Amino acid sequence: MNASLNAIVPMACVTAAGIAAMVAESFRDPGERMPIAGLGVVGLLGAAFATVLLWNHNASSFGMVAADNFGLFVTGTLIVVCLLSLAISGPTIERERLPGGEYYALMLFATAGMMLMATATDLLVIFLALEVMSLAVYVLTGIRRDSPASTEAAFKYFLLGAFASAFFLYGIAFTYGLTGSTRLDRIGSLMAAQAMAPTPMTFLALGLIIVGFAFKVAAVPFHMWTPDAYEGAPPAVTAFMSTGVKAAAFAAFVRVFLSAFEPLRPHWGEVIGVLAAATMIVGTVAGVAQSSVKRMLAYSSIGHGGYLLVALVSGNDYGKGAVLFYLLTYAITNIGAFGVIALLDNIDRPNDQVKDYAGLWNDRPGLAVLMTIFLLSLGGFPPMAGFIAKWYVFSAAVKAGHTGLAIVGVLTSVISVFFYLRIVVMMYMTPTDTPAQFPVVPKVAGAALMVSAILIFYLGILPARVLDWAAASISSIF
Amino acid sequence: MAFPILSSLVLLPVAGAILLLLVRGDEERSAPLARNVALMVSLLVFAETLLLWARFNAASGDFQFVERHTWIPAFGIEYFVGVDGISLLLLVLTGFLTPLALLGSWESVHKQTKAFCIFVLLLESAMMGVFISLDLFLFYIFWDAMLVPMYFLIGIWGYERRIYAAIKFILYTMAGSVLMLLAILGLAYIHYTSTGSYSFDLLKLYEMQVPLHPQFWFFLAFALAFAIKVPLFPFHTWLPDAHVEAPTGGSVILAGVMLKMGTYGLVRLAFPLFPEAAAYFAPALAVLAVIGIIYGALVAMVQPDMKKLVAYSSVSHLGFVVLGIAAMNTQGVSGAVYQMLSHGVSTGGLFLIVGMLSDRRHTRQIAEFGGLKKVVPHLVAAFLIVTLASIGLPGLNGFVGEFLILLGAFRWDPRLAAFAATGVILSATYMLWMFQRVNYGPVTNEKNATLPDLRPREWAVIMPIIAVAVLMGVLPNLFLRPIEPSVERMLNRYHHGAPSRIQATAEPSRLRSRGISASFGGAGPSRTREISVSFGEDRQSDQQAGAEHAEAPQARRRQP
Repeated sequence: MNASLNAIVPMACVTAAGIAAMVAESFRDPGERMPIAGLGVVGLLGAAFATVLLWNHNASSFGMVAADNFGLFVTGTLIVVCLLSLAISGPTIERERLPGGEYYALMLFATAGMMLMATATDLLVIFLALEVMSLAVYVLTGIRRDSPASTEAAFKYFLLGAFASAFFLYGIAFTYGLTGSTRLDRIGSLMAAQAMAPTPMTFLALGLIIVGFAFKVAAVPFHMWTPDAYEGAPPAVTAFMSTGVKAAAFAAFVRVFLSAFEPLRPHWGEVIGVLAAATMIVGTVAGVAQSSVKRMLAYSSIGHGGYLLVALVSGNDYGKGAVLFYLLTYAITNIGAFGVIALLDNIDRPNDQVKDYAGLWNDRPGLAVLMTIFLLSLGGFPPMAGFIAKWYVFSAAVKAGHTGLAIVGVLTSVISVFFYLRIVVMMYMTPTDTPAQFPVVPKVAGAALMVSAILIFYLGILPARVLDWAAASISSIF
Repeated sequence: MAFPILSSLVLLPVAGAILLLLVRGDEERSAPLARNVALMVSLLVFAETLLLWARFNAASGDFQFVERHTWIPAFGIEYFVGVDGISLLLLVLTGFLTPLALLGSWESVHKQTKAFCIFVLLLESAMMGVFISLDLFLFYIFWDAMLVPMYFLIGIWGYERRIYAAIKFILYTMAGSVLMLLAILGLAYIHYTSTGSYSFDLLKLYEMQVPLHPQFWFFLAFALAFAIKVPLFPFHTWLPDAHVEAPTGGSVILAGVMLKMGTYGLVRLAFPLFPEAAAYFAPALAVLAVIGIIYGALVAMVQPDMKKLVAYSSVSHLGFVVLGIAAMNTQGVSGAVYQMLSHGVSTGGLFLIVGMLSDRRHTRQIAEFGGLKKVVPHLVAAFLIVTLASIGLPGLNGFVGEFLILLGAFRWDPRLAAFAATGVILSATYMLWMFQRVNYGPVTNEKNATLPDLRPREWAVIMPIIAVAVLMGVLPNLFLRPIEPSVERMLNRYHHGAPSRIQATAEPSRLRSRGISASFGGAGPSRTREISVSFGEDRQSDQQAGAEHAEAPQARRRQP
């Protein structure tokens, strides 16, 4: 038990930035422009600095938060997510006249919760982190208070999320009842002792915790909230929550199941395998039928959750590394795609239908090319990062003998290419008489998207270094 | 360190594409500049491929100009490239056809010319990459990356139903190739279980004994990917759509080079990696190939659209290539490789000619033409030569490949050769009938009466094709010499793994076939010797294979 505070420095930086943003907002005169996002950037850079320093040190605080390399890799991913999200939020806030300070503060608090979730080693702290993150994200979803769709989305998300949290909490309670502890390492050793003769209560605990996590990672059949929430939220928020929430939830999911519940793998492996297959299939097949780009990408992000579940089920060294690498590439790519949507968003017209993209190449060639890169990477085309990530996942599946899942995975990724290409077809190949009016692209947001695209090519062509980091991350704890 | 010539084949077009991004200005101003830059870059690449050929040691079947760097050590993936005789000439073909494709679409591409040139160059880069890759991961990257520029070429610059054709093209090809991806992963995993490390190194994987059960599945996955690409009957349905809707330059590259990716993959990967499974499935492949030959020819005969006719003729011609590969003897495989080149040249030429007619009349319907010979004599003369080359008239390129393939097929199974040979007759029927309807008779359509003849640019497009067609017909040995050692080596590899199936029938038919080859030797003085020399080696390797097979089955994979 180490009472050092080192391990919580990254999230402390982000929290401090969040508080600073709130304070700044309260001092801001109406209409005054204040670089509040800059405060967030400072906090995130501090967190990034701390993350680099903590790397390889296995710091831990209070025995409940462990800044091991696994957690730090996810923390790094979350920092990238939050930085990019801040960068693409500016235009949305201006156009929708959102309260800037609150918006940024909520985003930073959510990020702090995500970081805590990625590094927590105690079920209760994980729950706490989950709630910190979720509450902030619920509010962000409904931050356009005068928009009925946004409010409806937030309400749905909140109700279903509260249910899922309750399930999760029940699961923790049962686990505590079984083992007398909420600490993952103790649960792990006690489970190993009991693994030979699981009781019904063991299954109940497992099942409830799976439901809780499956809801947060939007696995089928707990995905119903996703398309509505993603569609109703402002696109910049959707970018943030479709990547950050997923990364944090998956980090905790992996940590809990591959450390505490690892001895019970024979019992949960197949269940999650079925969830993975269902998630991939439903995510892609339903994606084909969408006419709204946001809903389409919502289903696509459900599908990507399925690939991550495949990596989780595989559970070998490749699988764990694949989760990390996949989360990183998916985060960068998906933020990019939603970022483009956010930039095309107009005050009177959201421009989020597939047909609104007709002729985008002629009007905004730069944005069209960026969107193409993001979509092709999501579809898994080389030399983009998405290909390497999928390759990693399928390697893990083949190595673990889950050939069936791998086949479902590759076939669904072909189907997903179909709907990604629908947007490409619109942008390049469909002439239109009534082109949608697109706003001017702000510099910061445009630069953020450029950076995402460059990172995608970097991770796709020279992934060796990041892959090594991912591999080093998992070797340290599991 | 020597100049990395193979990498430069991949990187130069990419560099050209990036250079083109810097070209600014509206369509009027940027288009000529973009075209010229792209043409220069592609000519430079072509010159490099010729240099490669000149410096290639044709006597060796080894991989040459090898470059090797670690790339993703975590997976055992390397940047590993090299060429042997099989890939060398395909590189030259790619280099040859890309400038022609650009020239062929010089004026017919009206919009976004800069982007068109960028996509053509990116496509060239990816195609070069496929042919030089000796690491399966690298191969797959290029294989998949190739689809994207082609998708855009069809989808943006194609004809009426271009979007449907583009999506059909990319989904069909992807559906085939993702299963190959899993097979590649499985193969690397088997390497891991037997040696303790992952590897995608083709040369290492050649040496590996894959257990029979996975071997069959892997072969099926690879063969499906390649069969869709070739396309082998019944996986050909994407091809007519893609060809008909693609712009001229796209069709030239699609038919000239991309279809060869499938047959190249069979020769390079599917057969030598999985010899037992390949031997098991080869008859089925051959039967599909023969069905494709006849079916493609019959369907081509009834097409009202010239481009569609040429597209179906490709199904038929590529059937020959697959048949030659499935025969797995020196004549068959050498002929197949030769036919890949030859088909690239003659079909590329046909698409260019059809493109010229279509530029003039904005239609490709055969019924719209007639009597062109009186109006555009030069164009029709070029048309005639290319048509004859495609039919396989002796003295032109098409003959040598088809002849060798039929020879190889005959040695293997005379029945297949007999059915396949009808394809030769049918091809003469549909091509000449089309030629006759388009070019002879009176000028029935007013609009045709004033068509202009070949322009200087079009001369520049068609003359190289004709020159190469004649060269390949008259001096086949020039092209066969680098091919044969590599084919020999590949066959050795294959027959050491596969239960030999040609010994039983080899002796009688070999005698017969040598007689035939002697009469064929008129094309070049050293031709007869070359073939009989290769026969001698073939017999040696066959006997060797048989002997080893008998005495030590576990040592089958020993390198010669």
